[in-house]
Amino acid sequence: MTDISPTSAEAPKRPQAHGSLLTATPLMKRRNAAETRFHAYGIAAIVVALLTLAIMLFTIIRDGHSAFYQATMTFPVTIDAAVVDKTGTRDVAEMTKVTTIGYARILGESLVKHLADEGLVVEGMTDKEITDMISKDAPARLRDRVLADTSLVGQTVTVDVFTGGRVDGYFKGRVTREIAERDSNVTVTQLDMADLMEEAGILSSQFNWSFITAPDASDLRPEAAGLGVALLGTLYMMLLTFIFTLPIGVAASIYLEEFAPKNRLTDLIEVNISNLAAVPSIVYGILGLAIFINFAGLPSSAPLVGALVLTLMTLPTIIIATRAAIRAVPPSIRDAALGVGASKMQTVVHHVLPLAAPGILTGTILGLASAAGETGPLLLIGMVAFVTNYPASPLDGGFLDPASALPVQVYSWASRSDPAFIERSSGAIIVLLIFLFFMNALAIVLRRRFERRW
Amino acid sequence: MSYMKMTASVLAIAALSATAASARDQVQVSGSSTVLPYSTIVAEAFGENFEFPTPVVEGGGSGAGRKKLCEGVGANTVDIANSSSRMTKGDYDLCVSNGVTEVMEVRFGYDGIVFASDINGPEFAFTQADIHAALAAKVVVDGALVDNTATTWADVNPELPAQEIMVFVPGTKHGTREVFDEKVIILGCEENGTMAAHEAAGAEDAEASCMELRTDGRSIDIDGDYTETLARVDANKNGIGVFGLSFYQNNTDKLQVATMGGVVPTTESIAAGDYPVSRPLFFYVKKAHLGVIPGLKEYVSFFVSDDMAGPDGPLAAYGLVSDPELAATQAMVEAETPMEAVQ
Repeated sequence: MTDISPTSAEAPKRPQAHGSLLTATPLMKRRNAAETRFHAYGIAAIVVALLTLAIMLFTIIRDGHSAFYQATMTFPVTIDAAVVDKTGTRDVAEMTKVTTIGYARILGESLVKHLADEGLVVEGMTDKEITDMISKDAPARLRDRVLADTSLVGQTVTVDVFTGGRVDGYFKGRVTREIAERDSNVTVTQLDMADLMEEAGILSSQFNWSFITAPDASDLRPEAAGLGVALLGTLYMMLLTFIFTLPIGVAASIYLEEFAPKNRLTDLIEVNISNLAAVPSIVYGILGLAIFINFAGLPSSAPLVGALVLTLMTLPTIIIATRAAIRAVPPSIRDAALGVGASKMQTVVHHVLPLAAPGILTGTILGLASAAGETGPLLLIGMVAFVTNYPASPLDGGFLDPASALPVQVYSWASRSDPAFIERSSGAIIVLLIFLFFMNALAIVLRRRFERRW
Repeated sequence: MSYMKMTASVLAIAALSATAASARDQVQVSGSSTVLPYSTIVAEAFGENFEFPTPVVEGGGSGAGRKKLCEGVGANTVDIANSSSRMTKGDYDLCVSNGVTEVMEVRFGYDGIVFASDINGPEFAFTQADIHAALAAKVVVDGALVDNTATTWADVNPELPAQEIMVFVPGTKHGTREVFDEKVIILGCEENGTMAAHEAAGAEDAEASCMELRTDGRSIDIDGDYTETLARVDANKNGIGVFGLSFYQNNTDKLQVATMGGVVPTTESIAAGDYPVSRPLFFYVKKAHLGVIPGLKEYVSFFVSDDMAGPDGPLAAYGLVSDPELAATQAMVEAETPMEAVQ
């Protein structure tokens, strides 16, 4: 590029026979203008890309941040021995016969009594309306707590329970009094009571850890739905996919790059690997269903099957990335190693692989990150499911227990009827983005740390 | 090289655990996305109150669920298929040819199908004849079959508001579409005399001619879920969507429901048989798995118990119209009576 600005004032003094670089001829102006336009195109492209990203992040965070907060009520509950332990023996086997319906009654009665004690009254509010403010998830949590510690029977304990999804939506601005009048699932008196309870300090909005740790919940209790099972499922799948893809991918790439003869067969293999990288992911799901579930008899909905399918899907990408990393190692290093008497295998294992390792790891992690966001292949192997039991630890066969996955959870929440699931769906996207962000950050750190220059 | 050893040992552990888990601990359910919410509500309550693990429930559609059920007998096939329509002869034959000879058909309730529009728009009072006259490809004008040119609801029936016709109907892969065709379009076709006109014109299959909907963008097929229909109604304030009753009840802040033949759809009016557009909901249980998969019998009994599927149970609270003959279903489940062959 020609720099003309500071000296152009002096330019006319010097006699010019054939025109100077310093005089702005029409041709020169055109070329400079083209140059400026070219820059502008580039900047415009970047601005458009950043803007799209910003809009996407903005809408997701706007819709999803509220999933991390939840209206929670705190009040004392007297665990009535006559209800939860009819025999009075504190025998857990006998006590399990009392269902959550019994515990729901205890919670409801305690809340009604506590509100009366505190003097919180809303004109015309029935006891049933008060009871309905408690999440349908709360009785199960109380039941688990009592069954785990039978000494609580007969005691008065303080519980933190979620409010129902509509009352929670009121504090998040999703439900207004106007809407409540038309909505059969919430009444205006309940919202009035919620306001009173907030003033009295019984009800407050708290950080919702259970959104990250709790399992999925049904349509009747959106407030209790969490990502626990999906997070574990994704983690298990990523771990297994990493273990499966790395050795296969590296071995295939080393052979193709360093040992394989150049002939029609290897050309064919190479073309096919590139083709496989472009196959739609759902096709791998169909393959997985046919081979791993119907033929090999592995259980459906299992992270192991999910990982095998994702392995098939990411292998081509990883082989391509690994081959590029191996090719980037200068031939002089191989020549030097061979020159001092190393065998071909020693050259590869001692010199080429360590130098290519950062590139290989980066490629693998980026491949895994894209696999972590896939729903398509999981659809057919039964992982797009309602799963509320955590998979066991890997040592107890947890890779074969049913689990769900993060992108799957986003998909299934987005199609539920209760509007409260919309915020949870966006919240799940935020968690998925954070998950991917950490994976990508790991890839960058590895590359920075181990990168070598020649 | 140490990571090679690590990989080898992890692979060995994975292989070991694969052989260890031959039997399945939890019930697996698959099928209709209409039944899915009911099924998850029951599964959740079942997991809380019983010693068995919570059943795993998948969506995917009625037809796909029944095909999965009929794949064969064994721990790697599903135990229950949810379905919003009855099993077809094709499915039943597939079941039998794959060794699934005994299947229990459990009808646990009814689902209403409603027409709903934007809450701020005008109110609608439809009859089946109005819907057919607005959406059919061919209608009768002055005794002759002509292409449908109606643009507003007032063109169809002067008593309806003069709002542009735009209806989001479930796509053909939905079980809801069958009910829509059968209980709205065909009945409407008979009512407004189009069926007779088709027959007079020598149509081979007058019902099929009735079910042909116009293709000029006024009847729009939605292949996604009800959430997509809701988004479309939100974007087009003139639009009228076809929803399940429970979906509408969860979104009464955005939608108002139209009456059909003067009846407002509620669980009561559907149970009484006054509201005409409803369908039974089923699930199919593979009898060979009873007693093999732990908790299967208990889950099925729990599903049809009064605590769950009864008129005061959580399923009714979500929008299920409970079956007046639930007691007969409970007795059938107790006796483990398989269904008769579909003819």
